[in-house]
Amino acid sequence: MSTLVAEKKKPVARGGRPAPELIFGDLWEFDPAPESADPKLKARYDLFIDGKFVAPKSGKYFDTINPANEQKLAEIALASAADVDAAYAAAQRAFDTTWGKMPGRERAKYLYRIARLLQDRAREFAVAETLDGGKPVKESRDFDVPMAAAHFFYHAGWADKLDYVAPGRRVAPLGVVGQVIPWNFPLLMCAWKLAPALAMGNCVVLKPAETTSITALKLAEIFQDAGLPPGVVNFVTGAGEVGAAVMNHPTPAKVAFTGSTEVGKLIMRSLAGSDKKMTMELGGKAANIVFDDAPLDQAVEGIVNGIFFNQGHVCCAGSRLLVQESVADQVIAKLKNRIRVLRVGDPMDKNTDVGAINSREQLDRIRQLVDVGVREGGEMFQSACRLPTKGFYFRPTIFSGVSMSHRIAREEIFGPVLSILTFRTVDEAIEKANNTAYGLSAGVWTDKGARILKLSTELKAGVVWANTYNKFDPTSPFGGYKESGFGREGGRQGLLDYVKLS
Amino acid sequence: MLARSPQAAFRRLFDEVGSVDHVGIEERVAKYGTRSIKKASKLWGLKTAVSMVDLTTLEGKDTPGKVASLCQKALRPHDDPSIPSTAAVCVYPSMVRHARRVLGSDTAVRIASVATAFPSGQAPLKTRLAEVRAAVADGADEIDMVINRGAFLAGEFAAVQDEIAAVLEACGDATLKVILEVSELETYDAIRAASFLAMRVIREGDFIKTSTGKTSLNATLGNNQVMLEAIRDHYLDTGIAIAMKPAGGIRTAKQALTFLIAVKETLGDAWLNNTRYRFGASSVLNDLVRQIEKEKTGAYQAPYYFSEAAESY
Repeated sequence: MSTLVAEKKKPVARGGRPAPELIFGDLWEFDPAPESADPKLKARYDLFIDGKFVAPKSGKYFDTINPANEQKLAEIALASAADVDAAYAAAQRAFDTTWGKMPGRERAKYLYRIARLLQDRAREFAVAETLDGGKPVKESRDFDVPMAAAHFFYHAGWADKLDYVAPGRRVAPLGVVGQVIPWNFPLLMCAWKLAPALAMGNCVVLKPAETTSITALKLAEIFQDAGLPPGVVNFVTGAGEVGAAVMNHPTPAKVAFTGSTEVGKLIMRSLAGSDKKMTMELGGKAANIVFDDAPLDQAVEGIVNGIFFNQGHVCCAGSRLLVQESVADQVIAKLKNRIRVLRVGDPMDKNTDVGAINSREQLDRIRQLVDVGVREGGEMFQSACRLPTKGFYFRPTIFSGVSMSHRIAREEIFGPVLSILTFRTVDEAIEKANNTAYGLSAGVWTDKGARILKLSTELKAGVVWANTYNKFDPTSPFGGYKESGFGREGGRQGLLDYVKLS
Repeated sequence: MLARSPQAAFRRLFDEVGSVDHVGIEERVAKYGTRSIKKASKLWGLKTAVSMVDLTTLEGKDTPGKVASLCQKALRPHDDPSIPSTAAVCVYPSMVRHARRVLGSDTAVRIASVATAFPSGQAPLKTRLAEVRAAVADGADEIDMVINRGAFLAGEFAAVQDEIAAVLEACGDATLKVILEVSELETYDAIRAASFLAMRVIREGDFIKTSTGKTSLNATLGNNQVMLEAIRDHYLDTGIAIAMKPAGGIRTAKQALTFLIAVKETLGDAWLNNTRYRFGASSVLNDLVRQIEKEKTGAYQAPYYFSEAAESY
């Protein structure tokens, strides 16, 4: 692990007195406050095909672990090509016989029921999500699970209003769709992908990420409880090969992928020439731009929320801070004091702000890029918090003195690491913000409304947040420019990617 | 002409001390409410909160008898000897001598008095200063003054500061608490600006205070946060540590703990004591004591086990 670099510039002492500093010590240490709800995990999870949990044809299973302590949580079925075939056959059958023919208002009832059942079991799902993925239970409780339910509720509302999706045109479902989702928001991505597809009348084969399959398979239990017709949703689990089988299968009319740009490119290459529709939601290296007239304390809060939310495992994370030179020192000083009080540790503790990194592989990648940052001359600051001895953890880290050519300013780190760059003028800020292969999101912090409007048109990013960051809503379309992907998810725009227009 | 308008005065002051985003502050303080404080840390927080209470009675119907019983409660909030006395009692100037008689001269409980034509402050400066001197002469250790909100809203900042300076002088050695009356300033920007105006006049260890408790809106986590951040910025800039007192509206132990978490995460350990942070409140004391006993015994006790508990059960 990279060594801690002390701050080079100490504040200058005045009049013989030591420079004033705040003490964030252990005078009032909080006792552990573990969330105690039962996640109701099974020892072994099978594939979910045609409404039933079925053993994989190969008979093989793999372990899923808790990244907070590296202990095994459950065994997950490893799907083979034959299982993927079976899943697609079930989906096609469901589309032809039940789901595709069902009136929208009937489909809506199922979606509402799923949303309500998810709310009923919210704590159980929150704990399961945190165990499997490492995110703080505070976030899975207050964000992931409620937002997943919100997506089902919102799209349930659309199911009987297909005539208004594209006024003047006829709207029909595509048929069967294949979906592959990432490990950063396992349940939420599941809801995010499934809800619009189902509302529009499609049937789905979905592959969760291999490190975080549990909540998807728990969601399958809810589908059973809700009486969702067999085959409407099928889950096949496993790693990259299974994902490739789902994407490359001849059955789906459309595939949707959320994950890294690297894998997204592979998928696009393999599907080139086919008539499959595609949507891709890929990486990001978002600029969070702070102007000198911004309310600085709130901007700092937004910076923290932008990069340390979900340990920075967020495709739209504000991983590049662009701060106007005249306030850079002030913002960095405030940011350091804010980071000092972030609580890093056991994700199951209700007071934890930053939890565990999702996997050893991801932790290695973060360490590697942080080492590159140090070697390239970035000035690193890390919070001094104690980390648990077992499990995958990384301290909240900021790099100042970064320039556009540094790798940590260009590559997606997907961890709690912030690169700080400065700018002098509005145009320079726009130029630097757009100087990236990505274009998923951006943040603007200023008291000037006109400037917000100017930047929101000139920034090449799918989402531009003004004086806030990482705000999501099912009604708001989300998606990227350039190598951050194409297609939109959420809102009316998101529905259009799951229908045939005629 | 333009440069001398009240609006320009505000603009200059806001530019100088920085602005506050309402939505952002509300979001920040909402996070304090999600902190879960258990066991030993809860007990520490509750006891610390007791030691920070300025036990207050500010009613037209106050009598020497009422004040005497308030002082006894402040000295000994509960039979449990591990519960500390409160930081101070807070009374009208006419009651200071009665409080002093009960508390004596050698006591841990300080006497605070709301002088300066509390709560409106609408009396001639001469009268207000005379009131401060009288309270100090009668034995007040601390003076809670109100700022001239009329002057502040008219952009006459020098007048606001001059009056604070005059009161400060009248205080002598007594600690000064400057009440901004946040509900009459209305915006977070104005609260931050007024905090700086006051802090630039007062001494290390003097307080800024949210409110009189006599208007509709009193201490909230939001205005507490704005003032804590102002104190932090002033301290890092000048090295002068100003103390903070939210007053009014804090009725439950849970609320008090949430305010303390804000202190811990904004100003740090050096402010987690009653020389740097106080609660202007009365009913919160019994709830704090009730929660302390609950932590110790595992059960809530009936209100009649707590002295001066007026609420029914």
